[in-house]
Amino acid sequence: MMDHAPALMIVVPVFASLVLTLIGPLGQRAAYGLLILSIAGSLAAALVTLVQVVQTGQAVYYRMGDWMPPMGIELVIDHLSAGVLVLICACALLTAIYSMHTARQDNPDRLNHYYALFALLVAGLLGMTATGDVFNLYVLLEISALSSYGLLARGKGKAYYATFRYLIMGTIGASFYLLGVGYIYIMTGSLNMADLSEILRRPELEESVSVRIGFTLIILGVWIKMALFPLHAWLPNAYSRAGTTTACLIAPLMTKVSVYVMLRIMFTVFCVDYIFQQIAWSRLVIYLASAAAVLGMITALSQRDLRKMLTYIIVAEIGYLTGGAWLANTAGYTGAVYHILADGLMTLCLFMAVGAVIYRTGQSTAAAMQGLFQRMPVTAGVLLVAAASVVGVPPTCGFFSKWYLLQGAVKAGEWVFAAALIIAGLVAAILFFRLLERAFFGRLADAVTEKKSKKPHGTARKIRIQEAPLTMLLPLVFTGAALFGLGIYTNEVVQYLIRWSVPAGI
Amino acid sequence: MDDLFFFIIAKYNYWAAIVLLFIGLFGMIVRNNLMKKIIGMVIFQTAILLFIVSIGAKRGATVPILKFSPDKQPMLDAATYANPLPHVLILTAIVVGVAVLGVALALLQKIQRVHGTIEEDEILEDMRK
Repeated sequence: MMDHAPALMIVVPVFASLVLTLIGPLGQRAAYGLLILSIAGSLAAALVTLVQVVQTGQAVYYRMGDWMPPMGIELVIDHLSAGVLVLICACALLTAIYSMHTARQDNPDRLNHYYALFALLVAGLLGMTATGDVFNLYVLLEISALSSYGLLARGKGKAYYATFRYLIMGTIGASFYLLGVGYIYIMTGSLNMADLSEILRRPELEESVSVRIGFTLIILGVWIKMALFPLHAWLPNAYSRAGTTTACLIAPLMTKVSVYVMLRIMFTVFCVDYIFQQIAWSRLVIYLASAAAVLGMITALSQRDLRKMLTYIIVAEIGYLTGGAWLANTAGYTGAVYHILADGLMTLCLFMAVGAVIYRTGQSTAAAMQGLFQRMPVTAGVLLVAAASVVGVPPTCGFFSKWYLLQGAVKAGEWVFAAALIIAGLVAAILFFRLLERAFFGRLADAVTEKKSKKPHGTARKIRIQEAPLTMLLPLVFTGAALFGLGIYTNEVVQYLIRWSVPAGI
Repeated sequence: MDDLFFFIIAKYNYWAAIVLLFIGLFGMIVRNNLMKKIIGMVIFQTAILLFIVSIGAKRGATVPILKFSPDKQPMLDAATYANPLPHVLILTAIVVGVAVLGVALALLQKIQRVHGTIEEDEILEDMRK
């Protein structure tokens, strides 16, 4: 059982999605429990693998069907992927618990089909993270992309067109990736990542134009998938028009896993010397990343719709991650990997809090925040924590990732990126102050009218506390606590996980 | 001139794939009709599939099944076999492509029902209302 944990982690949600498709309308109630059970199973398997990796200090290799690599497909779970796997499972489990009311609201019929897609998406993301084969990665990339199209299109109305645009862009991205893999395969004759990295170190391949084009195509494909500025145009509409549960699931995970794929391609398949000496795009990529961070945050500031605001924050965070990865030093790399974990939790927390507000008020504009602290004190408190983390206030985890990224930027002498980090943080501060000011001091609309009418005895009506249901509140509070937890245990995370995954040579 | 001619002829499979690739990309990005975007997408994907599958072809090669000589000895002559891996990969990629096409057509149907049109500019106008 323990030996098969890496495979079970992926197989269990796939199997669950099959069962969920087949149980039919009678199993609507069972669907919720089944989904939670399957993802909890994945989480257990991911944790077992994480403990094993940390204890032995070595990667876990799992050979599918006992076929030896490089011919067979293998799953490789090292320090980098183990952390991301646990993040995916944890986010998915929290969203699954959170979905009890919202998923039913968004999908009055065929809840089991919705949950089947949910499980399939989780399986695809886990597979992308665990696989050690570049073609297998393409297939799993498409599995998760296809299920995300299905989930996003359940948002009704305007969501269809937004999803269609995402489908076209996503297919271009995945096809570029496949074309790049084709180039690399022609030059090397291999698809296994470990095998590829050995072959690609040969001097005649290091200078080959074909390999360079292959790398360019793969990275372009991944950039489209992770919505790096200026390839981000598909993201805001697709995510902000989706249902609440869908947004909570897809927003934190899809882009983060794509960033993870970029790190894999850059540092596992290709090597540091190749990326930073042969390719040498660092300057350009860091400018793009800086532009993404600043422009993403400023665009977020100009949005009236709460969820659209959050989607532009994702675009900005992708800028941080990309910049950190291309800084070519240990601090930048550590910051980028740590920020994958931190930003996954932050985005989840923000989307969950806003989802709870929308669930209770029925509005998604900034006006919904009016008097939030009186009406939904817990939700507002967690929102405050998440906002502090995005801005970068210690001891939340957002501070530490920014600290590492800033250190990396200073060490590499990339002052543009350092400035972009600080400016983006300040803009985020303005953005959240504006929202939270409304939440703290804004009067409720009905309370104001009450005062104006000046009833005798001055009976200002007591504002009723209307929190979201407990199934929404508990995951929300837990995520908020996790932001502190990850921040407080930064040293441990860096020491036991990230330090081990730093590629040789940077 | 002759050099250029041979340069193109010798690698005609790559040239065909590149031409198709750009036709597909053009359809996806420039066309206003969403159905034509989907057609562009399919051409684009097929071009990549052709590109990868064409590298598995080899003159005079046979199917990669182990042959035995009359005295029951296996004939391990790799040069006479075609590489099966590109075909297998592309088989998987075709399945993925069909799934994407299916989802795209389903979405298109929904778009048509909601907005009453599949022309991009008309949809955008409809959404502004």
